[in-house]
Amino acid sequence: MIINGVSIDETFAEAFPMKATRAIITAQNEKWAMISAQAMTGFATSVIACGCEAGIERVLDPSETPDGRPGVSVLIFAMGGKGLAKQLETRAGQCVLTSPTSALFAGIDDGLQIPLGKNLRYFGDGFQTSKKIAGKRYWRIPVMDGEFLTEATTGRVDAVGGGNFLVLAESQPQALAACEAAIVEMKKMPNVIMPFPGGVVRSGSKVGSKYPALGASSNDAFCPTLKGVTKTDLSPDIESVMEIVIDGLTKEDIDNAMRVGIQAVCDLGAENGIKRISAGNYGGKLGPFHFHLQEIMA
Amino acid sequence: MSALTFTVKQETAQRVDMSPLVCHLLKDLSVADIAAIELQNGKRKIRVDELFTLSGDDTQNIIIKNSYDKLDFIAKELTDGVMTVEGEAGAYFGISMKSGELTAKGNAGLYAGCEMKNGLLTINGNAGDFLGAALPGNKQGMKGGTILVKGNVGQRAGDHMRRGNLLIEGNAGDYCGSRMIAGTIAVMGTTGRYLGYAMQRGTLLLWQQPQLSATFNDCGSHTLAFLPILFKSFKTLNSKFADESVAFNRVQRFGGDMAEKGRAEVLVKI
Repeated sequence: MIINGVSIDETFAEAFPMKATRAIITAQNEKWAMISAQAMTGFATSVIACGCEAGIERVLDPSETPDGRPGVSVLIFAMGGKGLAKQLETRAGQCVLTSPTSALFAGIDDGLQIPLGKNLRYFGDGFQTSKKIAGKRYWRIPVMDGEFLTEATTGRVDAVGGGNFLVLAESQPQALAACEAAIVEMKKMPNVIMPFPGGVVRSGSKVGSKYPALGASSNDAFCPTLKGVTKTDLSPDIESVMEIVIDGLTKEDIDNAMRVGIQAVCDLGAENGIKRISAGNYGGKLGPFHFHLQEIMA
Repeated sequence: MSALTFTVKQETAQRVDMSPLVCHLLKDLSVADIAAIELQNGKRKIRVDELFTLSGDDTQNIIIKNSYDKLDFIAKELTDGVMTVEGEAGAYFGISMKSGELTAKGNAGLYAGCEMKNGLLTINGNAGDFLGAALPGNKQGMKGGTILVKGNVGQRAGDHMRRGNLLIEGNAGDYCGSRMIAGTIAVMGTTGRYLGYAMQRGTLLLWQQPQLSATFNDCGSHTLAFLPILFKSFKTLNSKFADESVAFNRVQRFGGDMAEKGRAEVLVKI
């Protein structure tokens, strides 16, 4: 398959089941809601070492938030329910509770309820108060700038993590420009995050390593500087490869995000140095979710 | 199916226990069976068809017409269904109500909505003392749901209240929110003496400046984030509380009752 001179590999991205939740952060203005959301989703690029993968889903209009203030919705993904609950609580406590004027609400009502502010309330040292409004429990925790309002719980759902595609380009600036264009379009899609810095990862990994202590290592088949010394997957004209990783609440959400992302890359086309689109997989043995590039772009 | 309607033929001299005539107890009964039910009337029994003219057959939608203030225990432990009282309701109106909708188009007597668990109870007129309170000797009053009173309420509204919303468009008598454990009481009109007496936790939300006891301390003026969410939850009510123009989030906060736990609050609109 070739789109605008860009070759779409006959391969698939391999993704895994994860647990996910959504939280809504509001504040006096969008600036402070965003600051809090950025803090909460910081150091959350990969479950390999961060404990979770998190990102900003979108900015919310005041009409969309529970308290009528500007807000930001964030999605957090982890490999298991316990890990997700721990990460959510830690990040809510250290990044949202601490952030001026913030309030924190559930972004998913269904599913198993996991603590959001349920345990943060003890920070109130006995001065915290609860309000049950329209079936939802909120905690009001006195803090130095006034009161921190948080919903007690949020819903946890089954989700999919690790959807991806690789952009193979003639130069590093061209690969980055293509990924930036893809991220602009993918950020418009609901229920997905691209957890790596700016949504783009330049250090894609393979499973395993020559060093027994490491579970993952550099994906040498896609490293352009190793073209002559390893079993490469790159043609001589490829000088740079970048990857976009997508976590989504459902497989369909990732399908849609990959479609608009790949399309944005292909729109730049061969004339902008984009040669191929590929994807990372482990031979189909590790993850039950397969995203076949040519099927998505058909 | 039309609403099952009980129309009072003639008011009785003695009080009547109306607790058997509630949606969930009448669910599988025929109109003839319902007509034969005997109600306690003072020290004697009275057949339903002796006191009321019956019409309609929808047991999940009950109307009591020409109701008067001696009909007690209307909608006791109501579980789902809709009940409407056209006229006055006696004491214990909606006692221990579990869910559903209950409306009195006139006034209600003592202990309306007492120990209510859930649902929506609306009183278009005035309510007597101990609205949403605990029965004498019991420790917990209303535990959930919403009571809306469009008129005034008597003394001790929300006494021992545990959870839920008590919304009063008119004035409240003395001891409003006394011994309250938690929950929210909102009063648009005036409040009497000893507001929040021995209140432990919970919120008294007021539109008018109250006469506060010395055991409530001024905590200053604040913008509270939970108030817009609370007012948003009232939007579906047929009430002044649903009107956006009455909502506010700036309040003067008074903490108390310092003679008790001191974790309760009186929030006054500023």
